Formats: sequence, C-alpha cells, structure tokens
Amino acid sequence: MSALISIRSLGKTYRRGNQPVPVLLGIDLEIAAGDYVSLMGPSGSGKSTLLNLIAGIDKPSSGTLLIDGVDIAALPENDLAAWRAANVGFVFQFYNLMPVLNAFENVELPLLLTPLGKAERRDHVETALAMVGLADRMDHYPNELSGGQQQRVAIARALITDPTLIVADEPTGDLDRQSADDVLNLLDRLNGELGKTIVMVTHDPKCAARARRLVHLEKGVLIDGGGEGH
Amino acid sequence: MKTGLSFSYVARNLYARKLTTVLTAAGMALVVFVFATVLMMAEGLRHTLGGTGSDSNVVIIRQGSQTEVQSTITREQANMVESLPGLATSPEGRARISREVLVLVNMPRKGSGGLANVVVRGTTANGLEMRPQARIVSGRQFRPGSSEIIVGSAMARGNVGLRIGDSIAFGMRNWDVVGVFDAGSSGFDSEIWGDGEQMMQAFRRQAFSSLVVGLRDEGSYTGFVEALMRQPQIKADVKRERQFYADQSEKLANFIGILGKTITIIFSVGAIIGAMITMYASVANRTREIGTLRALGFRRGNIVMAFIQEAALLGFVAGAAGLFAASFMQMIEISTTNVQTFSEVVFRLVMTPGIAFQVLLFSMFMGILGGVLPALQASRLEIVDALRSA
Repeated sequence: MSALISIRSLGKTYRRGNQPVPVLLGIDLEIAAGDYVSLMGPSGSGKSTLLNLIAGIDKPSSGTLLIDGVDIAALPENDLAAWRAANVGFVFQFYNLMPVLNAFENVELPLLLTPLGKAERRDHVETALAMVGLADRMDHYPNELSGGQQQRVAIARALITDPTLIVADEPTGDLDRQSADDVLNLLDRLNGELGKTIVMVTHDPKCAARARRLVHLEKGVLIDGGGEGH
Repeated sequence: MKTGLSFSYVARNLYARKLTTVLTAAGMALVVFVFATVLMMAEGLRHTLGGTGSDSNVVIIRQGSQTEVQSTITREQANMVESLPGLATSPEGRARISREVLVLVNMPRKGSGGLANVVVRGTTANGLEMRPQARIVSGRQFRPGSSEIIVGSAMARGNVGLRIGDSIAFGMRNWDVVGVFDAGSSGFDSEIWGDGEQMMQAFRRQAFSSLVVGLRDEGSYTGFVEALMRQPQIKADVKRERQFYADQSEKLANFIGILGKTITIIFSVGAIIGAMITMYASVANRTREIGTLRALGFRRGNIVMAFIQEAALLGFVAGAAGLFAASFMQMIEISTTNVQTFSEVVFRLVMTPGIAFQVLLFSMFMGILGGVLPALQASRLEIVDALRSA
C-alpha cells in the first residue's frame, strides 16, 4: 500500500513566554492508506500534538508533512479548512457535539459545507446514523443520549463526508468498558469495511491493541513503530 | 448549496441561554421603548397639526408674524384680498373668505394645576363651511352675533375639561359653552371657536389675525399667490392651510426628536455594553464548540457570521419587545404648550410602520455593535487552544 501520510523530520515547538518548549523532535513516520495506527505515550509525549498536525488543525515548526501528496502546512487558512472538511473526520474524547443540535443535525453539520441539497443530506445522515446503530435516536439532543451514544453520533459525524482519514483523540477516554467496546468495534468496521485510515491517540493499552500498528512517543521522540508501516 | 451555520443553530443558542437572553433583551427593550415613544410623540404631534386644515384653503398672515396670534390684518387689506382672482364663491355668489381673530386665553388646567394657553378663534359662517371636518358632536353650533362658544373635543376631554353649560370669562364677558366639535383629532380640537365680530368687540380689536381663503380649485393656488404679492397694500405670508399648521409642529417635534435621540444614544451605550457582555459570555461558554466547528472545516468567517447573527437576533427580539410595549403608549394623550405658537395642543402618540421599522433596525444595530468584538474574538481563537478549553 502507498503511504497516505508521509512525515519527515517533523518538529513542533511552542513558546511559553520567551521560552521555546520543544514538543516534537524530528519525527519520521509513514502511514499507509487503510492503516489503523495507535499513537501511544505518556502525558506530554507529544502524541496529541502529532495528531493535531496530521489533522491539519495545527502547523508544524519544521519538517514536512504530506497527506495524499498535499503539503498541508503550506495551505492558506481557508484552503486548509476546506481540506479538513473534505478529508478528515474527527472523533474527540468528549464527543464535542453541539448541545443545541439534535443527533441528526450534529451529523449533518459537516455537510453544510458541501454543495449537497437538503434531500441528499438527509439520505446521507440517515445512512450514517443507521450505521452507528442510532437510526431511532435522530431527534434526540446530546443531553438525552448516553456517553456511548454521543460518541457514536460523533463517529457518524466523522464519516459523513466520506473522508479518507479519521483522527480520534482518546475516543474511549470518557466511556465505560461496554460503550468503549462498542466504539472500538465501530472504528474496526470503519477501517475493515470502509477502508478508512485511522490514527488514534490513546493511553489505554487495551484500546491501542485494537489498532493494526502501535507507534510510541516519549518526550517528543518516536521510540518505537516509526518508519514505514507493515 | 453551501449554507454555513444554519440560522436555527444561531437562534437555538440564544434560546438555550433563556435567562441571560431575556435579561439582556429586557435592558435593550427599555432603550427601544424610550426611543419608540419619543418618535411616536413627535409623529403624533406632526400627525395632529399636519392633519389640521385642508389643501384647498389658504391662510394669510402678516409677513414675518409666523403665527396667527401675532399677526394683524386690517379690514382694508381683507377687502382687497376678497377681490383677488381664484377665490371660490358660495352659492349666493359671495367670495369664500373668513376673517378670523385669534386670542390666547389662560385657562386653569385641572389636576396638574397651572394655566394653559388656549387658542380662542373668532370665525365666521364661511370659516365654518370651509372646515367641514369640524363636526358638532354634542350640543349645537354657536349662534352668530352671540356670546356663545363651541369647544374642540380635546379641550372638552383633556386638562382644561370644558363642558356644555359652562360659562367662562375672558375679554370682559362671560361666554357660554353650547357645543363640542370634533375635527378628526387635528389641531382644531385644541381650540375654542366663537363669532369673530363678537370677539373683536370683546377684545377691542381693530384688526383681524388671519384670513382664510377658499380656493376655486387646488390648482388656482399659484395664480392667487402671485396676484396677492402684486398688491402694494399688503405684505403677507401665504401658505396652504394644511402646510401652515403642519409647519407649526416642526419646532416642537424637532425638539422632542433631538432630546429623545440624545437620551436614546446615551442609554443605548449601556444596552450595547450589556449585549457585549452577553455575547462575550456566549463565546466563553462555547470555546470548545467553536474549536470543534473550526476543526470540522467551518471558516473564521462562518464563526463571525454566526455570532453576529446571534447578536442581531438578540437585538431584534429586544426591538420587538420594546415596540410591543411602546404600542400601548398610543393610548396616551399629551396636553402641552406648543413652543412655536405658545398655545395648548393636545395630541395622541402615534405608531407608524416607519417608526416600527426604524426602531427594529436601531435595536438590531445595537445588538450587532455589541456582538462585533465578541464575534471577532471567537473567530481569532486557535483551534487547538479552543479544543483544549473545558
């Protein structure tokens, strides 16, 4: 499989006051299309920062980051936003649903940035919600859903635009075991059946074990699992 | 079609914070109420005085005198005007001209105390016929050559409160109120009418105050004015009757308008700050939500628009509430001195579609002004920082 994500000597440095704080140092990593990667590491290892860079919501300080051949760090802001809308699905630890929108409208949200008409959007949303097993909860608001259900709505939102890449930041971090398993089973299906490339940050080894490949970071350096994937 | 964030998302965010929204909107609505009331007051005055008189009548006063009360027209001048072309004639062939005398009479205001300067108009049979809008609503018409008077409906109703059967003293005589007339809520309703010649004698006047002339048709106005201006015996100001009274509302209406707008602007600063605090709180409470929207691909511009729409909607809600409250002010009748004529005028507050539109626009503008900075702040957040916020 060809590399979907190609990372070379990637560095990220934050500034705290006048003090530069390096978070990522010279990361080299390739992730093939259709791969399922867990980024692991202790707090402060830089795994979330790496995920944010891959997702195009943060900019690297040095090195190159190509996704499907696109140098996303070089894209102007609005182009980058359009790129994210078309290519990346997000799954967050705390689901990040809009509390004033019901499940249907939350899933529909990314489609408001596409040229799809209302009827087409409805078809897409209904299919996505059926896939995550929530076809009967479309009218429910986030506060009327359990954590597991909210995360499934968020996953439906992540796949609604049919992106190539899904990034998940501690997707089970706020869930009980059963709900976490449901969510992980769902991610397995997205990867196995729909061929989505998934990059997931987690500290939970059980969760990480679901991925096809583990990548370990410590203090901003890749210590295991880097280079070309299998 | 790319729609960006839906209006329903915007509206529901406002609804989700019901208490804050209601309190902020209430503060803004108070300002809207004041603004609307002031506009309604100025409009009511214009409406009342602008509705006085007709376009087919012409009022002639001495040049520079500005009001009928300060004007004098001699009998010779009156006779000369009567001979000019363009005048309507009665079935008996007499020219339609009314020689009128106006006097301001102090009358006690009931309740509030103090004195009101009431216009007493001495008119003629012609004068009554040329103002068919003034109809007797109770009692009867005054008899020519007597000390009888009829009072306008506002004088019968309002602070002065004259009744049929009352006898009032002015001009060294007692005058008997025999009827009440209504002139369609116009300025005439704030006047007292009686026989012109009787008033001349009572007040020992040699000259009239004004001439009211009926035109043959509205088009003969220009010809009549030109003919009048060519007469060397008279230097006069001439206006169509409707315009003459409408102009008398301008000073007071403008004064009310300027005072009201000044107060409104000062109050609105408070309301805008209120809206701003509310919108900043809205941004602060939804930082993670904003980060999420940006991550999903919404642009900074989408975020700015969403918050500005939210602020504008807040303003609209406040405007509608303030307008609703102000609409009840139409039941209020104000009796005051017209600073331009020093005479008592009674008018009712009037709401018009124009006022409603202006007030809603103003209220939305207040909301938007309050929303701009918070909206910009929301859009400037870095996605990563916003997502990390609790």
